[in-house]
Amino acid sequence: MTSYRLGSGGAIDRGQSLNFTLDGRTYKGFEGDTLASALLANDQMLMARSFKYHRPRGVLTAGSAEPNALMTIGSGARAEPNARATVVELYNGLAAASQNRWPSLKHDFGAVNDLFSPFLGAGFYYKTFMWPGVLWEKLYEPLIRRAAGLGKVTMQADPDRYEKSWAHCDLLVIGAGPTGLMAALAAGRAGIRVILADEGFRFGGSLLSESAAVGGQPAAEFAAEVVEELATLPNVTLMPRTTVFGWYDDMVFGAVERVQKHVASPSSDLPMERLWRVVAKRAILATGAEERPLVFGGNDKPGVMTAGAARTYLNRYGVAVGGKVAVFTNGGSGYRTAADLLAQGVDVTAIIDARPQSADPVPDGIRIIRNGSVIATKGRHRIEGLIAERSGFEEVIGCDALAVSGGWSPIVHLMCQRGAKPVWSDGKQAFLAPDVGGAFVAAGSAAGQASLGDCLKDGSAKAHAALDALGRLVRSLETPEVEGEYDPSFAPLWYVPGARDKAFVDFQNDVHVGDLGLAQREGFRHIEHTKRYTTAGMATDQGKLGNVNTAGIVAGMRGVSPAEIGTTTFRPFYTPVSFGALAGTARAEHAAPVRTSPLHSWARKNGATFVESGLWYRSAWFPREGEKTWRESVDREVLNVRANAGLCDVSTLGKIEIFGRGAAEFLDRIYSNSFLKLPVGSARYGLMLREDGIVFDDGTASRLSETHYVMTTTTAFAAEVLAHLEFSAQTFWPELDVRFVSSTDQWAQMSLAGPKARIIMSRVVQDDISDAAFPFLAAREVTLRGGLKARLFRISFSGELAYELAVPAGYGEAVADAIMDAGHEEGICAYGVEALNVLRVEKGHVTHNELDGRTTADDVGLGRMMAMQKPDFIGKRLSTRFGLTAADRLQLVGLKPIEADKEIKAGAHLLKDGAKPSLANDQGFVSSACFSPTSGHFIALAMLKSGRERLGERIMVWDGLRGSDVLCEVCPSVFVDPENSKLHL
Amino acid sequence: MASLITCPHCGTRPKEEFSIRGAAAPKRPSPTAKDETWHAYVYVRDNPKGRYKEYWHHVAGCRRFLVVERDNLTHEVFGVTDASEFKRAGAAE
Repeated sequence: MTSYRLGSGGAIDRGQSLNFTLDGRTYKGFEGDTLASALLANDQMLMARSFKYHRPRGVLTAGSAEPNALMTIGSGARAEPNARATVVELYNGLAAASQNRWPSLKHDFGAVNDLFSPFLGAGFYYKTFMWPGVLWEKLYEPLIRRAAGLGKVTMQADPDRYEKSWAHCDLLVIGAGPTGLMAALAAGRAGIRVILADEGFRFGGSLLSESAAVGGQPAAEFAAEVVEELATLPNVTLMPRTTVFGWYDDMVFGAVERVQKHVASPSSDLPMERLWRVVAKRAILATGAEERPLVFGGNDKPGVMTAGAARTYLNRYGVAVGGKVAVFTNGGSGYRTAADLLAQGVDVTAIIDARPQSADPVPDGIRIIRNGSVIATKGRHRIEGLIAERSGFEEVIGCDALAVSGGWSPIVHLMCQRGAKPVWSDGKQAFLAPDVGGAFVAAGSAAGQASLGDCLKDGSAKAHAALDALGRLVRSLETPEVEGEYDPSFAPLWYVPGARDKAFVDFQNDVHVGDLGLAQREGFRHIEHTKRYTTAGMATDQGKLGNVNTAGIVAGMRGVSPAEIGTTTFRPFYTPVSFGALAGTARAEHAAPVRTSPLHSWARKNGATFVESGLWYRSAWFPREGEKTWRESVDREVLNVRANAGLCDVSTLGKIEIFGRGAAEFLDRIYSNSFLKLPVGSARYGLMLREDGIVFDDGTASRLSETHYVMTTTTAFAAEVLAHLEFSAQTFWPELDVRFVSSTDQWAQMSLAGPKARIIMSRVVQDDISDAAFPFLAAREVTLRGGLKARLFRISFSGELAYELAVPAGYGEAVADAIMDAGHEEGICAYGVEALNVLRVEKGHVTHNELDGRTTADDVGLGRMMAMQKPDFIGKRLSTRFGLTAADRLQLVGLKPIEADKEIKAGAHLLKDGAKPSLANDQGFVSSACFSPTSGHFIALAMLKSGRERLGERIMVWDGLRGSDVLCEVCPSVFVDPENSKLHL
Repeated sequence: MASLITCPHCGTRPKEEFSIRGAAAPKRPSPTAKDETWHAYVYVRDNPKGRYKEYWHHVAGCRRFLVVERDNLTHEVFGVTDASEFKRAGAAE
């Protein structure tokens, strides 16, 4: 047996046995284990294959920086790749699968890459897959794609819920180790609102792995006691399993809480993860420090791990990482690990100390090799021994685990995410947190403090500083005494010379010292270039263990201080955050809401086919029995509107209520045409321009009283028009008394059009709506038979006698039903937006097909709507520019095919008859086209150079995309009733 | 950018409630102003580094246009005023 579970000790519950599987094989662990600790307890050191060379790998750490032990957790839709076994909380039935191996973890075919590694150095891909270019798409890319990526993502939909939440506090403490606990305790007792968040599932951090005593009791018990007290404080919120992953502007922190990731059968009442945005007045970074691996030959063999990790497995999980453990160190951490292992009866074969001397106490009976180094390791799936070297003398030392310590790097990521760079300290041989102002400070080992006692003191001191800044006067907290602590200081050692095998810097991406040297030789010397050329620091762990070593080694290669090399850029997220958490509830219809009109169910029961229009679902046409194509339905609807009457849902048009004594003046400045003298009870078609003189939107405005208008906008521009009105009123003319509110969703609006519209409407409306009493462009409140108040507008998009009736949304369906009943004898039909479109093209009315952000009022034949006698309106000044008034501008015309059976398609380009298709010969394009049942052939609206002068000319409608040429005649854009006689019936 | 904007009407709100409409400094010229003045107003914008006044529309709140004065390098926000106040203050200058 190599690694094994101790008979006693650790923060695990030996009474709660848990079954789990790795690659189908069943293992047993205990409540309180991580997946990694349970695997080690089962003597399963081999956990993964490395990315590039497929080398066997074990665990290197016991925490979130783990680069090696990546596994897929769960199955089916819940399978999650690249989970770090070191932080996965064990639960009963957990199913893990190893990655990046075939056919099995032990026998991996991909390991052949390791043999070819001399050819696979940094930049291999850039150099190899360059030429010949023709091979790229067929051979190189598929090859690279197959090799790329770690783990496999499931293609099934995520079955779990996620949510987002805000939290507010006076003090956020990030990390619940010795420093964080003391900070939270000091602040919590003072009564301010504290949030204490920790990525782990048990608070205590390094105290849980500590053999020293704090306040006269074991460190873990001290931690438990503090947590117990914090839990009783109503002003303190404890957030375990919560990673604070980002620091953003205005002291907003991003955090992800893994609510149910550790639960065997998740409850559907709870989210799987919760994304928090924490607004904190002050924050303390108490994230501790990361132990650096030493960079020596064969340092990636399973069984080589940081000394701190070996200590954590021993003291927290009751697992001996080996039966015979060797230690390679440049500081006190290695000695403490050896002592702790000895105390639990584990054989320690030797301490190899890179330093010539040290004051660290040597445990009795352990062999110590000072000024020594490890140059190679033996074994394949697990370390079986090492070659130690001192002054040219080599010897083999047997071991089945090797604990290494290369010193400590404060975990300063969060403080560097907003542009500040970490600061190199020669004294501490580490990059320290930058000064980012008093609101966010580092404490404890995150601030470079060395000993446990110092961390406890610093946590409490920084909390008091925060309390002081928040205006709280409190008694200082007594810091507990620490007994038996060790000195974690170290001597710098970036690279161990004499390596016989690859010496890895970035374990996950298989970057070794040789690659860093190659990058320097080939000119990729800046640390950001070195990173990208070698991929050091680019894996899912983002170089948590490797980046500082990379900087140190590159500094050594160049003969400068690491201060001169610096670090790469720190960005959120600290550890990976799932897309589920980031999306929160914004999935499916919550991401893209479905908007339905108040007449949606009326349309549905009348058999409508719906079409998506932005978020809206609009009734497109209403097929009847026997109709095989949409055209048949649309043709029937159009002809029926022209002959009898039809009812169309126009509720999706934007509706804006406008109030105020300044409303008339305001509208006069917003629209290009005049609105000042619009009488009460009347509607007017209006055109809005952008400030550059181009048409923005069109619609109607109706004056319901002296100080109340209702404006309609196009469906697509409803939101933009409202914002435009608000912007204009608030920033240009705040002196005008005018207010707006959108009422699009409050009104069901329907258009009743056709020669029989009045007869039908008069059966529904009480008021007199004869042409004399309610002429074209009348707009008034009316009373429906039955007493309902409604708004009636005599406006027409179809060119027929038409009314738009608006009723409160909840009455929409009943009123539409009543109109259909009232019109039954007259042959009323429901018609959709397709028929509406045909009707408007026949009538030559423009929509955003024509008002496409490039056209002026004159271009689309609405030049008469430019009331240039007004002193000012939006867009007036620039509308007179030469370019917007030039004679060769595209102008709106109609087109009809010379051969009546030819089809014209929108988007086709216009050419002079006989001209070659080219940009130079382009004469314009077709903006709208449809079959006109009224005319009996296709018709189109088109934008044609100087079009209005060219009526009668033959023009080629060229559609190169769909391969059609149709010779057409240029004609006026109004195909039906050019005299408007039908409007005034 | 800022994470939080203190709206003078609604209090401190997350930035997701706002939409940004660009520089607040340019003033809409009089209808009789020169071509160059209008061209500059419609098409030309400074792209300063540092302190900057910008329109923020509180679309998911009071729907007022606000003038946010902020540093686009450090993201510090110096002040938020209602656009109409800003206009009036400008007129008084």
